[in-house]
Amino acid sequence: MTERTRIPLHRDPKVRAIVFQLAALFFVVYGIYSLFETTVENLVSRGIQTGTGFFDEVAPFQIGFSPFLDFNLGQSTYLDVFFVGIQNTILVAVLGIVAATILGFIVGVIRLSPNWLASKVALAYIEIFRNVPLLLQIMFWNFAIFLPSLPAPKNSIELGVFYLNARGFHTPTPIIEDSTGFTIWMALLAVLVAGLVVFARRAKTRFEETGQRLPVFWISVGVLAAGGYVLYLIAGSPLGFDVPVLGRFNFKGGGQLPLPLFSLWFALTIYTAAFIAENVRAGIQSVSHGQTEASHALGLSRKDTVRLVTIPQALRVIIPPTISQYLNLTKNSSLAVAVGFEELVAVWAGITLNQTGQALVIIGMTVAVYECLSLLTSMILNWYNKRIQLTER
Amino acid sequence: MAGELKTFVPAPDRAPPNNALGPIVWIRQNLFGSLSSSAATLIFLYLFVSYVPPFIEWALINANWTGLDRSVCEANKAGACWTFINVRMEQILFGLYFASNPDEIWRPTLIFVLFFALLLPLLFEKTPGKKWLTIALLGVFPLVFYFVVYGGYFGIPQSNTTQWGGFLLTFALAFVGILLALPIGILLALGRRSEMPVIRSICVVYIEFWRGTPLITILFMASVMLPLFFPAGVEFDKVVRAMIGITMFQSAYTAEAVRGGLSAIPKGQYEAAMALGLGYWKRTIFIILPQALKISIPSIVNTFIALFKDTSLVSIIGLLDLLNMAQTAARSVEWKGYDIEGYLFAGFIYWAFCYGMSRYSQNLERKLDTNRRN
Repeated sequence: MTERTRIPLHRDPKVRAIVFQLAALFFVVYGIYSLFETTVENLVSRGIQTGTGFFDEVAPFQIGFSPFLDFNLGQSTYLDVFFVGIQNTILVAVLGIVAATILGFIVGVIRLSPNWLASKVALAYIEIFRNVPLLLQIMFWNFAIFLPSLPAPKNSIELGVFYLNARGFHTPTPIIEDSTGFTIWMALLAVLVAGLVVFARRAKTRFEETGQRLPVFWISVGVLAAGGYVLYLIAGSPLGFDVPVLGRFNFKGGGQLPLPLFSLWFALTIYTAAFIAENVRAGIQSVSHGQTEASHALGLSRKDTVRLVTIPQALRVIIPPTISQYLNLTKNSSLAVAVGFEELVAVWAGITLNQTGQALVIIGMTVAVYECLSLLTSMILNWYNKRIQLTER
Repeated sequence: MAGELKTFVPAPDRAPPNNALGPIVWIRQNLFGSLSSSAATLIFLYLFVSYVPPFIEWALINANWTGLDRSVCEANKAGACWTFINVRMEQILFGLYFASNPDEIWRPTLIFVLFFALLLPLLFEKTPGKKWLTIALLGVFPLVFYFVVYGGYFGIPQSNTTQWGGFLLTFALAFVGILLALPIGILLALGRRSEMPVIRSICVVYIEFWRGTPLITILFMASVMLPLFFPAGVEFDKVVRAMIGITMFQSAYTAEAVRGGLSAIPKGQYEAAMALGLGYWKRTIFIILPQALKISIPSIVNTFIALFKDTSLVSIIGLLDLLNMAQTAARSVEWKGYDIEGYLFAGFIYWAFCYGMSRYSQNLERKLDTNRRN
């Protein structure tokens, strides 16, 4: 009856989508282009030569803390500064992640304990520390608590061969004195570990066949600690220790964890643990009570119920937000600039930028480092989420 | 008739057994339920008794409240020196400009009174005219803020933004960030769920770029690189630069919060709207967004909390916000050595706001949750 009318072009959704996207693309590209244009113009008019030439210049400042990479005033270049910065960022992030995970799990479990007092203490901890800015906490611990209350190097607090003072925490560092002995020790240790792996496999097969279980974990820890020491003696004690000694003004020798690193680590741990504790609580509560009851009905002990039924299911909920907290912790480590710990933002986007004025390159590289870390985190998250997804039917 | 109608009168409930009620039973169950529980109780009690009463004694009972200079606090060192906060209160709350011009103090005061007068009724469910209050808070209040605090019109002297500071600056940064990030974030979230690949990619790149970078780097970027991006002659002052950086950062987080809400809307809603013949914008504005925004309010509030705490980072690029003002005051010659009091006071203000917001968001979440189960 009626003949099919053609859709006018401006009403065809496909045409509209293409036009709209082309317009958006043009807008973005043009925006970036004009931004680039003005930036180049501004740089020329200010006489700034943008480039990577400054990488090879010798950095005119000292970096006091660099545990793995060598840094020498007068020899190391700006590019070395960049890598030392990344190294220190990663170091404080790893230390913080380990401590925050442990503390967070403890607080999260205490929060759910049947003990009223313990649960309320955990609640108070969580509510106080996650609602105060991290920067304020870092400065509070560093400037108001640790710095005034710790003694000068002369009156350091002695803990055996460890020393604590307002400059930081001094530890002995191991030195390889006999390199052949050290190689022998490492080889013997590798054999020991291989033996333990075989033992764990055997124990598992035995458990599956007979139902008898061995405390594999504790046996391994015990054997590794005792055996490691015996093998160390057999290899002829290849390590020496560089012990810190009090000089005229400060300690010489040994390793030093500077106070800013300690304050930063302390504040990051306490702050992030409050968030992880909430994740842990939510995760454990997400396991329905029916699961526990079913497990008891099957005759599993309380310990086995927690270990084999509750925790595996709770981890599914706990791990994804906790990984995001790890990324947050890493990004938050950039606040070290406030207390003067020498990580990426402080030495690179701070000191180096001031010295060279190469804003574009330096900020670009800093951002790139964090973007890589963030991409890495989301890749791990996606992989994990895919792996644990419940396959239903 | 055969006698009276008998009504069944149940016997009164029997009292619960003695071992199920009363404070002693409660204590036994909740504090000394098992051996490990008893040990925990004793440890926590010990810690509580050895730290909390001394702290209260220091912070409240023995504290110095009055006086005009540090001699009062020097005389009584057993307590906190709130005298310091008391003397420097105007500076910490309103910044240097308003603290040094006593005649102008009414301006920030008026702004805060107005803000709370608009905000508090909004928190209750049954307030009439919520729509108008919201419009006043989001639309009119920022204008009033500009005219009253920045000034320059109606005979109000113009204030210098470089001398803005204290809680006023923290508030201004957070409010501008939240206000501007909301529409940008909603558009980004819609773009990220769009079916057009180019739009989607642009939004994904934008969101992930800002979310992957620490705010402090963005603030460095805003303060060092922003002037390079604009033609010579266009200049922003430091506060505006920080506001631009914060808005960019916050819009990415808001977008993710809104996206969560969008993905919770069942497909039937989209299909029903399409069946009614509504175009994309009508569908989005009248059907999808009202539902999605309602669901995502708790997560949006959580991004507000994060931003409110994060505004303290501007102290690293040299702005005198609440944290930096408190610290600067505690390092001045007159009050050197009272850092703890300064940090505690600033921390308490941050805490009060963040805790309030988080309780509100939790309440809302609970309310929305029950609605959805009906």
